[in-house]
Parts: sequence; structure tokens; C-alpha cells
Amino acid sequence: MTLPIQLDVGSPAAPPRSNGELVFAEPWEGRAFGLAVAACEVGAFAWEDFRQALIARIAARPQAPYYVCWFEALERVLAVEGQVRERAALLAARPAGHDHAMER
Amino acid sequence: MTDERVPIELRVEALEQLLVERGLVDSAVMDKYIAMYERDVGPLNGAHVVARAWTDPGYKERLLADGTAAVAELGYKGPQGEHVVVLENTPAVHNVVVCTLCSCYPWPLLGLPPSWYKDPAYRSRMVREPRAVLAEMGLRLPEDVEVRVWDSSSEVRYFVLPARPAGTEGLPEDQLVPLVTRDAMVGVAQVTP
Repeated sequence: MTLPIQLDVGSPAAPPRSNGELVFAEPWEGRAFGLAVAACEVGAFAWEDFRQALIARIAARPQAPYYVCWFEALERVLAVEGQVRERAALLAARPAGHDHAMER
Repeated sequence: MTDERVPIELRVEALEQLLVERGLVDSAVMDKYIAMYERDVGPLNGAHVVARAWTDPGYKERLLADGTAAVAELGYKGPQGEHVVVLENTPAVHNVVVCTLCSCYPWPLLGLPPSWYKDPAYRSRMVREPRAVLAEMGLRLPEDVEVRVWDSSSEVRYFVLPARPAGTEGLPEDQLVPLVTRDAMVGVAQVTP
């Protein structure tokens, strides 16, 4: 099977791997990963631009978790930081017990 | 102003909603990409070993003579990585690995085993009717190719050195690595260019 995007291996922008497999510690990491690949595939941005944004993000905050940097680089290349912030605040205000899965 | 108190998972969910609304992203397509990368990009360590063996005849000789030592040369060792024995696929012989008793597997090279490797049906049937199981997994071998099934254990962990595909003669090691899949190193698939 041909992979749509050649991932970095061994560079500062390479995703963390354990035993050679990509590792998503939590589901949101997998979603953030998939969002970047899917949006790039439909031409929302050039992968190289995302890669440069990611490298810059990691360089600016070396201690930040990898996929937080990944997500913020994705926000940057899509120029949606403000909209994400507003939407996330709405989601945070959902009543307790609200079933997220049912809404999808 | 960034509100750092909003948890990252909500920010990711917010972005997914926005991109789905814009028609840029389909959540089902995303699921497919996530699964594809989790499954096919790795396992890199084993792929490095294979690509090195394809491009460096001296390394290949050492790898086939003493798998554990040659693998350690590249820095791959650790739990479940002792006693690695490397089996070379040739035009005449196809090797496939199973663990009939449990799921012994060379972790440092291939990561954790996939679910089918741990499946009782794979473990028992691969020994009895390897050609049929391989065909079900998408690998049809010519009748004149001998199939050898190897039972991994805690003493010996087998690892398949797949045949280098035709048409890749000019490629350097780093361009060969992405071609090598986990399934090819277990022996249930071949490497395709």
C-alpha cells in the first residue's frame, strides 16, 4: 500500500515511535495526527509547510509534548487558532454528562 | 489570548469539527489514515535491518550467521530480542514465522505483535496448511516455491529477511526502509516496490 505522506524519520520533527511503531498515548493524539494527514491530502496545506511549522514549534518549546506541538503547528498552517479557541471554549462549557459520542 | 486551561483534547475536537464543517476532512477517512500509519509505517527497526542487509553484503552475511549480534550492531536489543535467527527468503524458499504456543515475537525489531499473530487460528493453521493461510492473507505462492514454517519460542525468535523486490536495484538504504513492512518480516507478505 502506498502511504500518502512520507513521514520524517530521525529528524527533530519525526513522530515518536516505540519499537518502530507510531505510538499514540491518548486518543486525541491519534486524532491530531489523522487531521494533519487528511487535511494535507485534500490540499489544505503543503506537508513541507506543516513540517517547518512543527520544527519551529518544537524548537520554541522543547519541553512541550510532541503532539501538542503537532496540533499547534497544524492550527498555524491552517490559520485557525482563533476559531479553535472559540469552539473549544464552547465544548468546554457543555453540561456535565453530555454524551459527546451521541452528538457525532 | 490563548486559554491554556482548555484541555488539548477539546482543542483537537474543536479543530476536527471545524474541518468537517468546511468539508476538508471526513472523520471516516481520518480513521483510515490513523489505522494505516499505525499498521504500515512501522516497524522501523526491522526495516532498517532488512534494508542494510540488502545493500551491504558483509552485513547480510553477519546477519544470517548470528542474527542477535548483527541486529545489536544497529543498536536494536532489549526484552524479547534475544536469540534472533534470520531466515532468508529466496526465489525457491519462502519462510513464515508463527508461535504455536503463545505469541513469541522479536519486539525490538517488529514492535508488539499484531492481533492476528496472537490468534489461535493463525497459530494452529499456519503449521498445518501454510499455503492456504498465506493465500487467505493475500499471498499466493507458486507451487514450486517451498514454504517453511518456523515456530518461534522464548529460546529462538525468527525474523524473515524478505527478498529485495525487482526494480529497486538503484535505491539507497534510506529509500528501501519505507518499503519493508512488518508482514513481510513475519513472512505473510512480500515486499513490493
